[in-house]
Amino acid sequence: MKLPIYLDYSATTPVDPRVAEKMIPYLCEHFGNPASRSHSFGWVADAAVEEAREQVAALVGADPKEIVWTSGATESNNLAIKGAANFYAGTKGKHIITVKTEHKAVLDTVREMERQGFEATYLDVKEDGLLDLEVFKAAIRPDTVLASVMFVNNEVGVIQPIAELGEICREKGIIFHVDAAQATGKVEIDLSKLKVDLMSFCAHKTYGPKGIGALYVRRKPRIRLEAQMHGGGHERGFRSGTLPTHQIVGMGECFRLAKEEMAEENIRIAALRDRLLNGLKEMEATFVNGDLEHRVAHNLNISFAYVEGESMIMAIKDLAVSSGSACTSASLEPSYVLRALGRDDELAHSSIRFSIGRFTTEEEIDYAIKLLNVKVGKLRELSPLWDMYKEGIDLSTVQWAAH
Amino acid sequence: MFQPVYLDHNATTPLDPAVLAAMMPWLENQFGNASSRHEYGRAARRAIDEARQQVATAVNAHPTEVVFTSGGSEANNLFLKGAAASLKPSGIALSVIEHPCILKPAAQLARQGWQIQSVTVDGAGSVDFSSFTDALAYKPQLFSFMMANNETGVIQDVAKLASAARATGGWFHSDAVQALGKLAINFRALNAAGVHALTLSAHKAYGPKGAAALILDKRVELQPLIAGGGHERGLRSGTENVAAIVGFGVAAELAAKRLAEQTEQLAKWRESLECGIVALGGQVFGTDAPRLANTSYFAFADIDGETLVGKLDRAGFAVASGAACSSANPEASHVLRAMSVPSEMARGAVRVSLGRANSQSQIDEFINALQATIKNLQGLTAIAA
Amino acid sequence: MSYSVKVIDHYENPRNVGTFAKEDDGVGTGMVGAPACGDVMKLQIKVNKAGVIEDAKFKTYGCGSAIASSSLVTEWVKGKTVDQALAIKNTEIAEELALPPVKIHCSILAEDAIKAAVADYKKKHGE
Repeated sequence: MKLPIYLDYSATTPVDPRVAEKMIPYLCEHFGNPASRSHSFGWVADAAVEEAREQVAALVGADPKEIVWTSGATESNNLAIKGAANFYAGTKGKHIITVKTEHKAVLDTVREMERQGFEATYLDVKEDGLLDLEVFKAAIRPDTVLASVMFVNNEVGVIQPIAELGEICREKGIIFHVDAAQATGKVEIDLSKLKVDLMSFCAHKTYGPKGIGALYVRRKPRIRLEAQMHGGGHERGFRSGTLPTHQIVGMGECFRLAKEEMAEENIRIAALRDRLLNGLKEMEATFVNGDLEHRVAHNLNISFAYVEGESMIMAIKDLAVSSGSACTSASLEPSYVLRALGRDDELAHSSIRFSIGRFTTEEEIDYAIKLLNVKVGKLRELSPLWDMYKEGIDLSTVQWAAH
Repeated sequence: MFQPVYLDHNATTPLDPAVLAAMMPWLENQFGNASSRHEYGRAARRAIDEARQQVATAVNAHPTEVVFTSGGSEANNLFLKGAAASLKPSGIALSVIEHPCILKPAAQLARQGWQIQSVTVDGAGSVDFSSFTDALAYKPQLFSFMMANNETGVIQDVAKLASAARATGGWFHSDAVQALGKLAINFRALNAAGVHALTLSAHKAYGPKGAAALILDKRVELQPLIAGGGHERGLRSGTENVAAIVGFGVAAELAAKRLAEQTEQLAKWRESLECGIVALGGQVFGTDAPRLANTSYFAFADIDGETLVGKLDRAGFAVASGAACSSANPEASHVLRAMSVPSEMARGAVRVSLGRANSQSQIDEFINALQATIKNLQGLTAIAA
Repeated sequence: MSYSVKVIDHYENPRNVGTFAKEDDGVGTGMVGAPACGDVMKLQIKVNKAGVIEDAKFKTYGCGSAIASSSLVTEWVKGKTVDQALAIKNTEIAEELALPPVKIHCSILAEDAIKAAVADYKKKHGE
């Protein structure tokens, strides 16, 4: 067993060896620029790009013509929100709806739109992390141009009611964008049924390479966007820039594998997740964050009360896990997602996200359970808060000496 | 398998085996997200830091001046739109021969109230200095002049232009995508002359597609194009493409190391190539200006470039009829138009861009194939006439 | 976060973890910090008739540096008079543990914990 054990599949996944194998020829002999129209180096690269486009479309029930390559989900989210909001602001209005638990790539983009004169509503979620449809409906205004709601939350793994939200948006004529970076290969996505107008994807959360993503742009009814990157007019003008063939091939292949294997794989991963949960739930004062039912099989987010997050990470350095999302984990701030779920700061501080994936084994899960039981026990022995809890003191009534 | 001779290195280059070797671990067992705090993430962060140092060293910049992007187009867009967003709309001075990923973002800014001061080039393809000084009268706040042109290979005296532009107080950018590995790039010296930003791209210098950089003087205030997790000092959010960035680092290092030797070799091959072209009656563009050693842009009277390129492809030689990005575009090259090349000549333009893996015998074979093709096409023209 | 060898040693083998009876006449208890800030330190000193700290115990909720800082001061205060203990400065703690700048507040908290424990002891003795 290799240490540290990787349980951070929501941050990024290894490239599946089968994917890497498909990519290599496009780094070596098929190195052409897909935009080169005058020779076979270009044609071979272009054919590979188009095959990958079909593979990506196939996983999500889209037409290949609806897939625009980008450098990743962050760029897709920027292109979707800025591109659609700017294009339709004149006809529909300048109000955007999103959710407090969205990824930074969405929240920061919406904040930027606010600086440019848009108004935004950031919706609260319920304690289980899910969006209340009535709350969503109530936020809609006559001038609402766009709503952006993530499919699967990166920190707690809950699945938002995208189908229902799509119906509401379509009825009200609101452009509906969904960040599905954490969803591909984990939940069924059928864009021929979902009333979603724009959807962001990336490869590196689904056993593909970093540096490649896609934006789904609906054709019927047709959604238009203001391009954010101008130049040679690649991707039908939606996004200029030389296409990284090998990365695109990797994304196509990893989505193809996801389509083929997800049903079976998710059963196996759910069993591992349940094993982990069962091994931890006997511990006192331990809470699962987010709804367990409307949740991807891969994610378990747990708060270990009375243990501080950073010392926890230090104690379990044999596990590669994350506290808070990867993008913000350099800062010491408690996770804004957990706060939005109503967790107080201590519980947010002491939360660990375990994300399980294709290469996780039962042995690794058992090792993790054992380690966590020992280490949490040890840290609680050290914790004055644990003593107080055991004495029956309600910590919220304590007057703390600020420093 | 039959592999044609690749003579289109300005479109993209094959990956150097040393670059591939450096990238492979990052496509296999080293896969962390560089933002993660555990060992997988820290290893990725260290690899990016090393690549940042390699890229900085290759162009004599400081590692903190390197902003990684997904490609040259993005870096150019980031500079122009990002700098414009921090300024009140005024003027942007550009040469008319810039790449579309400068011209198009500038056109976009023009819709937001910026005025474009187009600077012309002379018949050889060099920026016309008097046209440049005319533009200075409008006190443009943004400048973008490419270091070397992708079609003709003509090299601009960017330091001279930047020095002349200093009095305006504007920010001066140069698209150096075609220069990396073909010219010595010294950002410190350029910066001292008044250049504030450079665009570099890995895949034009035997590195992978999907990694590029904006080398940026930190005094320039930029608004990011892509908002999010705050990567790259907040200038470019998005999970770093570790494998490609690592490849870029090695490619940049090799580019600087091999520059002198390679330039000499390429210049010899090109000389023999152009002797052949001229002997067949072809006209080579830009020969009166300093040019990249690998690029030859030429035409034969009365022979359509697209047709010639197609025939050469069937004969086993991969060349271009214009910039790769706009190869689908049947219009004559905007670069040749700017050089006042008559349109019937411009429509015949073919670009050969050599690379380190070519050989003298390939050049000889190419000239033979070109001769046969020209004869054949001229014969057809004669019959048609 | 890269910790010094000393921080890791104190974190992995914390000295003097435990609790004295708070109401004991010779015991001074100091609790500083707040859960919301990510660290709470409880430091207890046991003072003999001569006014010398003969034993100390701590419990800390916090990061590795906070645990190490409090573990260290339990070692340092032992054998000192309460007034000598008050002379321990956070800079000495930070220096001894080679704390990175973002962790200096842990040493400040440890100094505050000494002050609070001594103050509690003195209060009990009407000083």
